[in-house]
Amino acid sequence: MTRRTGLSLVLVLLWLVVYPVALIVLDSVRGPDGWTLEYLSAFARESVEWAALWNSVWISLASVVLAALLGIPLAFVFERLRFPGQRVLGALVALPAVLPPLVGVIAFLFLYGESGFVPRIIVELLGLDQSPWRLRGAGAVLLVHAYSMYVYFYLFTRAGLAKVDASMIEAAHSLGCGVFATFRRVMLPLLRPQLAAAALLTFMTALGSFSAPYIYNFRTMTVQIVTTKLNGDLRMAVVETAALATIAVIVLVLLGGRAGARSVVAVGKGTPPSARHLTQPVARWGAALVGWVFSAVLLLPHLTLIVMSLVPLGSWTTQLVPPSYTLANYAALVTEPERLRPLVNSLWMAAAATVGAIALSLWAGRLIVQRRARFRRAIETLVSLPWAVPGTVLAMALATAFSIRAPWFGRFVLVGTAVILPLAYLVRNLPIAAGSILAGFRQLDPSLEEAAASLGAGRWRTLRTVTIPLLRPAILAGGALAFATAVGDFVTSIVLYTFDTRPISIEILGALRAYDVGMAAAYGVVLMCVSAIAMAVGTRR
Amino acid sequence: MPHGFLELVDLTKRFDDHRAVSELSLSVPRGSVLALLGPSGSGKTTTLRLLAGFERPDAGSVIVDGVDVTAAPPAERRFGMVFQHYALFPHLTVGQNVGFGLPQRLGRNDRTAHVAEALALVDLAGFEDRQVSALSGGQQQRVAVARALAPAPTILLLDEPLSNLDPGLRERTRRELKAALRKVGITTVFVTHEQEEAFALGDQVAVLRDGRLEQVGTPQELYEHPKTLFVATFVGRASVLDGVMADDRHADIADGVRWTVETSERVASGQPVRVVVRPEDVMLANAGLAGTVMERRYTGARAFVTIDVQGATVEVEEPVQQAEIGDAAYVTVKRALAFPA
Repeated sequence: MTRRTGLSLVLVLLWLVVYPVALIVLDSVRGPDGWTLEYLSAFARESVEWAALWNSVWISLASVVLAALLGIPLAFVFERLRFPGQRVLGALVALPAVLPPLVGVIAFLFLYGESGFVPRIIVELLGLDQSPWRLRGAGAVLLVHAYSMYVYFYLFTRAGLAKVDASMIEAAHSLGCGVFATFRRVMLPLLRPQLAAAALLTFMTALGSFSAPYIYNFRTMTVQIVTTKLNGDLRMAVVETAALATIAVIVLVLLGGRAGARSVVAVGKGTPPSARHLTQPVARWGAALVGWVFSAVLLLPHLTLIVMSLVPLGSWTTQLVPPSYTLANYAALVTEPERLRPLVNSLWMAAAATVGAIALSLWAGRLIVQRRARFRRAIETLVSLPWAVPGTVLAMALATAFSIRAPWFGRFVLVGTAVILPLAYLVRNLPIAAGSILAGFRQLDPSLEEAAASLGAGRWRTLRTVTIPLLRPAILAGGALAFATAVGDFVTSIVLYTFDTRPISIEILGALRAYDVGMAAAYGVVLMCVSAIAMAVGTRR
Repeated sequence: MPHGFLELVDLTKRFDDHRAVSELSLSVPRGSVLALLGPSGSGKTTTLRLLAGFERPDAGSVIVDGVDVTAAPPAERRFGMVFQHYALFPHLTVGQNVGFGLPQRLGRNDRTAHVAEALALVDLAGFEDRQVSALSGGQQQRVAVARALAPAPTILLLDEPLSNLDPGLRERTRRELKAALRKVGITTVFVTHEQEEAFALGDQVAVLRDGRLEQVGTPQELYEHPKTLFVATFVGRASVLDGVMADDRHADIADGVRWTVETSERVASGQPVRVVVRPEDVMLANAGLAGTVMERRYTGARAFVTIDVQGATVEVEEPVQQAEIGDAAYVTVKRALAFPA
């Protein structure tokens, strides 16, 4: 019985996660008359394509470096030093995480863009004719990436630091290592598994990043794919998708295998080193000042978004700050059916996707914790695989796989229906839900379910009265984060949406194109709030 | 062969290539308590899980009161089970835990009464609304017993029921558990790796080794008439010496030292044997097997002396003579058992 349900789960996951991507890779070397290299060579002849590939790779590497330079020192400051206001600041540091990618990008546009707050102030102060910079291209993309991705390094480093045994540091000191030598020779090697994981996560996120390069006009492979598809050259888009998927796989194999192998490095579980209380007044207040300034920088995009959401259409022209404020944007959002529609769409599609992801995760969890479980490795790998697939690749793969009807090959026409976006959100957010729920299952004592069975409870009653109540924190956490991510999704939506199923992010793009910045910001604030609530629910202990 | 209430017939379970349980047959009369005793890896826990229905046997059957339940899932067997770590549901109160296995259609009043009755049985009356996490280890163990007994199961299974308790608490909990089992009169199978626990609780004890039954019998039968060397040494303290069978009833231990031995099967003269002696059957004397005093051990109630005799050691309980470490000593025995080497 176990064997059969295990096999059917593996098949379902293969069908949802691997099959569409495999199909699109095959399609890049398959024409109407059989195998061909024609499309590949057409791709290889275009210098534009090579440039886009190169842009994707170098911007991802640069994002890793910048995020590490920001995140690692910050983690040390917050984990090892004690200074006034530190607790509050430590919580604020995770703020970028509540901005969905597209919302962060437009917030930066309103803040640092040519007609944003900061350039206007600089122009005013220095008496310039025009903005000292233009927020576009690689620099703009890197700015947003550093802002949103340093969080990975920050959180992973802090988690690693909390596990380092104080006696290791003391041992290093007793062996004559100074503070810096101890950091270099002891701390960094001990943190390597965490740092490798953060680097891999950052690289993959940057490689799949779409909102920033799309809005800031920087041609990475993700942007290239969507543009090619919108231009109607589906063939080339397929080849481009296959190319990006290949890069993702290569990086995953090169880095992922190693990061995984090293994550078993023994980090002793003794007492964590005690934090150093800064006692010197100068150091104390210096650290506090740096912390507060940094937090203000982190918080500015959020504030900007809120302010902008109160600006009526066309009212802000040359003034330093918007001249009038109103709640009209929010009123329109609720009262005008066409404005409300995307909101409703996003909420129900994200909810459906989350329910599906939770159900699949519960199924997977039940199977992997069984004694002598079969397919354990296969299931664990498959549920976590989608995070390594760039969103654009996944969307293109689903668009290809589910655009024709061939039931015997597991292909149905879903493109253009209301099913395709929730399905895409489900696959994309499966790793988030599964990560949390599988961890919950691993902590569950298997004899609890056996106890229920021995007391006469059937499978459903056991699930309902024992398993799910015990897993509730894990389900809530995973579900909330998956929901928040799905509600804010832009990268898969832009490939798969139809007018009737357009989600919030597409509407934000539309409002932006119509110069209705207030409306775009209002949608952004709504997304930000949904994310914040979900994060609060998800991280509550 | 008497017809048991619970019958295990040729039970066999393989994991990968290794046999966890091998052709195990046991018979438990109605209302009696069977202990499965064995070292870790002997297959006793697997046997219990086969009985509970958590594992399916590769061969053999489980029969309760003449009905074959081998294919029945755990939920349909209605065997009560007490888990090693109790497996109390942490999100439910004591009362909800105990009431979990009661029929769902049961009315509120009946349910309350049943729960109260089960808790009273384990001396926890009035504990219904407590949180499980607020209980001590001994109380948790008793809640687990009450929960298993509440639905009035036909058979009670216990997995190492006392192993999670402090030594001080173990003795008392054991007595209470025994009293509760007596009162209910339920047919019981429990698993343990401690001989003392098996003897104190079990009417019958089955000794398992490598998935096979070595011997089953009352504690006294096992201790006094073990059928194999393994049982003789696993059950109770024992010293083992090498010897050679001289005739049907005697074995030569050393030059000029011949002891009377009991054998459970015929052993031919001249065949090498392993001779087992219990500490209480050994005496220090002025002549006999020569050795040197190695160690004195005083445990309060008893004293032991260990004697080195040509490489082997013999343990002597409560020697009358004073023996100092390094003294020469002679050993004689009241009773010895011999097994083919």
